[in-house]
Amino acid sequence: MIQMFNVSKIYDEEVKVQALADINLHIRKGEFVFIVGPSGAGKSTLTRLMIREELPTKGQIMVDGRSLLRMKGREVPKLRRKIGFIFQDFRLLMERTIYENVAFAMEAIEMPRSEVKERVPAVLEMVGLKDKMSSYPHQLSGGQQQRVCIARAVVNDPRIIIADEPTGNLDPDTSWDIMKILQAINKRGTTIISATHDREMVDTLKRRVVALRDGHIVRDEERGGYDS
Amino acid sequence: MRLSSISYAFRDALRSLWRNKFMTIASIATVAISLLILGSAWLLVINSNYLAEVMESELEINVYLQDELPREEAEAMKDVFAALPGVFETTFIPREEGLKTLEDRFGDSTNLLEALGDKNPLPDVYRIKAVDAESVPEIARMAAELERVETVRYGQGMVEKLLSLTHWLRTAGLVIIAAIALAAIFLIATTIRLTVFARRREIGIMKLVGATNWYIRWPFFLEGMMIGFLGAAVAVAAIHIFYGKLTQNIALTISFLPVMKDTAVLYDIYKNLIIMGTALGALGSAISLRRFLKV
Repeated sequence: MIQMFNVSKIYDEEVKVQALADINLHIRKGEFVFIVGPSGAGKSTLTRLMIREELPTKGQIMVDGRSLLRMKGREVPKLRRKIGFIFQDFRLLMERTIYENVAFAMEAIEMPRSEVKERVPAVLEMVGLKDKMSSYPHQLSGGQQQRVCIARAVVNDPRIIIADEPTGNLDPDTSWDIMKILQAINKRGTTIISATHDREMVDTLKRRVVALRDGHIVRDEERGGYDS
Repeated sequence: MRLSSISYAFRDALRSLWRNKFMTIASIATVAISLLILGSAWLLVINSNYLAEVMESELEINVYLQDELPREEAEAMKDVFAALPGVFETTFIPREEGLKTLEDRFGDSTNLLEALGDKNPLPDVYRIKAVDAESVPEIARMAAELERVETVRYGQGMVEKLLSLTHWLRTAGLVIIAAIALAAIFLIATTIRLTVFARRREIGIMKLVGATNWYIRWPFFLEGMMIGFLGAAVAVAAIHIFYGKLTQNIALTISFLPVMKDTAVLYDIYKNLIIMGTALGALGSAISLRRFLKV
């Protein structure tokens, strides 16, 4: 699903901040991968490269069989429709209702209105928020807001979900709820890549773990733990 | 683009017009003012052209022939004048007729001929009409050089003055309009920039879920065009009302002044103002989108 070959990313040509060095990574369809490592290890850069928010300084990246380097600017939206993004800070639109926040993602890719009306309630039901459709984000708890963010990420049925610290702002119980939802989505065949600091979560779920340090992959383990 | 997407774009554009009420009003006002000036200058130019046209049609060159010229020779001059380039019509006025006109003007009690000792002092005259005002000076010059011609008179200077006034109005108008149009574009660009800034979160999320660049840009474009359109509408309404009142007053007070009242011409100006306003708006948003919306 995602392949990286000898990928390096250097920010600022003069000072030469090496964010990623010589990354080789192959993520298969339907996998659930945790990306762990201390702050500044390059986790965010890795996820940004996958959605072509940035281009690598060196190396080749393939997503769903397409080279991101050879991709033209106007093809990027097509790539991003295959990927759902989940943020640590949720990034909901505060002046819009929960329904509108999720519907917004469908409107943005020009889905017909009838389909939006049908699909948004279904997805909100899946994350357990169907009764909150007309509430506003500030009326919801952190965990509920994150579930809205997940609903928005999956509403267009992406093949890959990339989550950047999805439980970073949540208490342990709520974090578990979120992880259960992500696991359920993964069971349906969606590839999930999650950058995280949540040691307990990684250790309990026993999924593939890719550990980064100073821009290098220091460990890549099936059914791994937070520390080796 | 889907129909529903167009309606989303309209919804978003209206929403942010409303959210930035004051900037919206300021931009609409600037567009309105610039187009109001443009429209007024336009009407002025049209009216001075119209005035020139009316005057042209009444403008005549009086060619006075030498005294005591035999009648046959005087009459023969008709073909000579008619052959000059730019001449539309020539009329021969024999001196007897000239005297009669003069007598009529003084009133019928006077007998001018008697007072002048039975000698008509007037020369034979040709009245020449030109095809247009611009050829009048040239015809006059050529006629003056002809044999048997004593002097040539026409509304000396009047035509030139009118033409140069029209020309000046056009240039000054254009300069002022360009300056104000620039201000309008700048203000619209600023308004759109504020909107882009206010909606940067939305834009970021739209990009991440795979919205196309044009889907993201459209609402901003629409917003700018709406500002331009509304400004133009205000300007057109104001011009329509004031020009109507003005022509009415002129008709009542200085009725000899010809005023353009052809509605087809007026509506054409209105239509062009609306198009220009909308274009100004689109241009303003385009500038802002280029600079502040990296999509």
